[in-house]
Amino acid sequence: MKQFLFFIRKEFLHVWRDKRTLLILFGMPLIQILIFGFALTNEVKNSHIGILDNAKDDASRAVIQRLEASRYFEVVENISSNATLEPTFRQGKIKMAVVFPVGFQNELLHENKSTIQLIADATDPNVANTLVNYASSIVMDYQNDMRGRLDLPYAINTELRMLYNPQMKGSYSFVPGVMAMVLMLVCAMMTSISIVRERELGTMEVILVSPIVPMRVIVAKMVPYFLLSAVNIASILLLSVFVLDVPIQGSLVLLVSECLLFTVSVLALGLLISSAADSQQTAMLISLMGLFLPTIMLSGFMFPVENMPIPLQVISNIVPSKWFYYIVKNVMIKGLGFDFVWKETLILGAMTVFFLAVSVRNFKTRLE
Amino acid sequence: MKAIEVNNLTKRFANFTAVDHITFDVAEGEIFGFLGANGAGKTTAMRMLCGLSLPTSGEAMVAGLDLNTHAEKIKRRIGYMSQKFSLYEDLTVRENIRFYGGIYGLTNAEIKSRTAEVLANLNITNEANVLVKSLPLGWRQKLSFSVAILHQPKIVFLDEPTGGVDPITRREFWTMIYEAASKGTTIFVTTHYMDEAEYCHRVSIMVDGRIEALGTPKELKANFNAEGMSDVFLKLARKAKRGDD
Repeated sequence: MKQFLFFIRKEFLHVWRDKRTLLILFGMPLIQILIFGFALTNEVKNSHIGILDNAKDDASRAVIQRLEASRYFEVVENISSNATLEPTFRQGKIKMAVVFPVGFQNELLHENKSTIQLIADATDPNVANTLVNYASSIVMDYQNDMRGRLDLPYAINTELRMLYNPQMKGSYSFVPGVMAMVLMLVCAMMTSISIVRERELGTMEVILVSPIVPMRVIVAKMVPYFLLSAVNIASILLLSVFVLDVPIQGSLVLLVSECLLFTVSVLALGLLISSAADSQQTAMLISLMGLFLPTIMLSGFMFPVENMPIPLQVISNIVPSKWFYYIVKNVMIKGLGFDFVWKETLILGAMTVFFLAVSVRNFKTRLE
Repeated sequence: MKAIEVNNLTKRFANFTAVDHITFDVAEGEIFGFLGANGAGKTTAMRMLCGLSLPTSGEAMVAGLDLNTHAEKIKRRIGYMSQKFSLYEDLTVRENIRFYGGIYGLTNAEIKSRTAEVLANLNITNEANVLVKSLPLGWRQKLSFSVAILHQPKIVFLDEPTGGVDPITRREFWTMIYEAASKGTTIFVTTHYMDEAEYCHRVSIMVDGRIEALGTPKELKANFNAEGMSDVFLKLARKAKRGDD
């Protein structure tokens, strides 16, 4: 046991001496959370739009006023004619143009109908869609207000309520994803690199000639990264609650235990990689390609799994981050209890046991 | 009692016999040179004796224990210095000594007193808290040896310990080896330098997995009618059918 403690102390010294890596390990979650929270959001705010007002009457001005008042739009261009419409788009000044027909109010009052044209820059289709939807609903609002007490025989109104994330914040889905990503990097990549490094240096051989039990060597290597991950989990949660205003709806104990379970399974993956890799570079590449990319692409955090082709959906099931992402999303954002995530927890737990068993076996045969 | 007794030790990998029925013994306190060209099988043989690899057949007694049944116990009684540099460059001299002392189960008091001893012997007391990577290679090599015998093993295995070291440091290194041997530690050393072979009490030369010659440097030179150990080595190594691997 004392040998084991000596070993852990040595591992901490390695981590501590490598200040650059240490900075990356602690800085990365911080930066990722801030980038995803503030910069990389798919929310649409203050989008630049242009107005081509051929009507210039009270009705068109009222609609424009409403568009301007919303926090989604900022009117930056008053387009004078159809001819200047396209150049304005081409210069990238605006994302959407709102075109009012000549005699807008007149048509509205006398023919009871008129048309506003919305032209959007669809090079980014998601943004274009969102902008057009926002603009349409603002126009609808105006129409409803104008209709006033004029009772129509039939009217169907849709009333929207966004559950769990009423403000439709992107950070609600990014926080669990970033957590999976950071744990992948800290645990899997760093653990595998640190084991492979000893082999590369030749120190592993000297350690194996010593009386210390090989499995203890492995556990000792995992301990510092396990603790680092715990610190990272705490800092991500604190940042998301106090900086991004993403509350923890469910039980904190449940959330943290799920995170620790995932950490162990990722540590086992790191060990597995170390038994397959011959050099630190290989270990790094395998962890990036084999763990990091699937976490981004297949866990459902960037792209919804339900929209993927069936083969990819099947493959996504073997990505541990997918289950972790699902659990964290449900516990943290929806506030569900263990009753709702026990199945996923079981899958993640089974994966952990499997990875541990395979990697320990591989490690042992590798020693021979 | 013999420090090492090897009887028909063999290691086969698939259809390749790396070590082919070797038999020899090493006396306590002896400096035993284990020579052979690259690929002759000496590293494999040494790895078996250290418990890093299991023999396919044959027996060996190392430090009074049977290799086939007590490999783990043997580990406590031997020291090992690999041909790669085996100290941690990002740890200080003192931390390296403490770590290796620690994994061999030395008590804190023992570690403390032996650290002081090693630092004084190598005359690097002032550099105790310096990172190993800033030490010159010669010092590191000597420190590496001191660390390998820190737990006072009965036998120490040195795998090409002086590779890439200047002649003066090699000389000093061998002085350390003699000093350890005079205190009763058995030295089992592989080397490519034939002048070092002359320093050994007895030398064995492996060719193609077999021990082709074994004796004191004097005997070997007489038997092979050679001027120096390098002639002996060349005469034997020419018979090799295996190339470098």
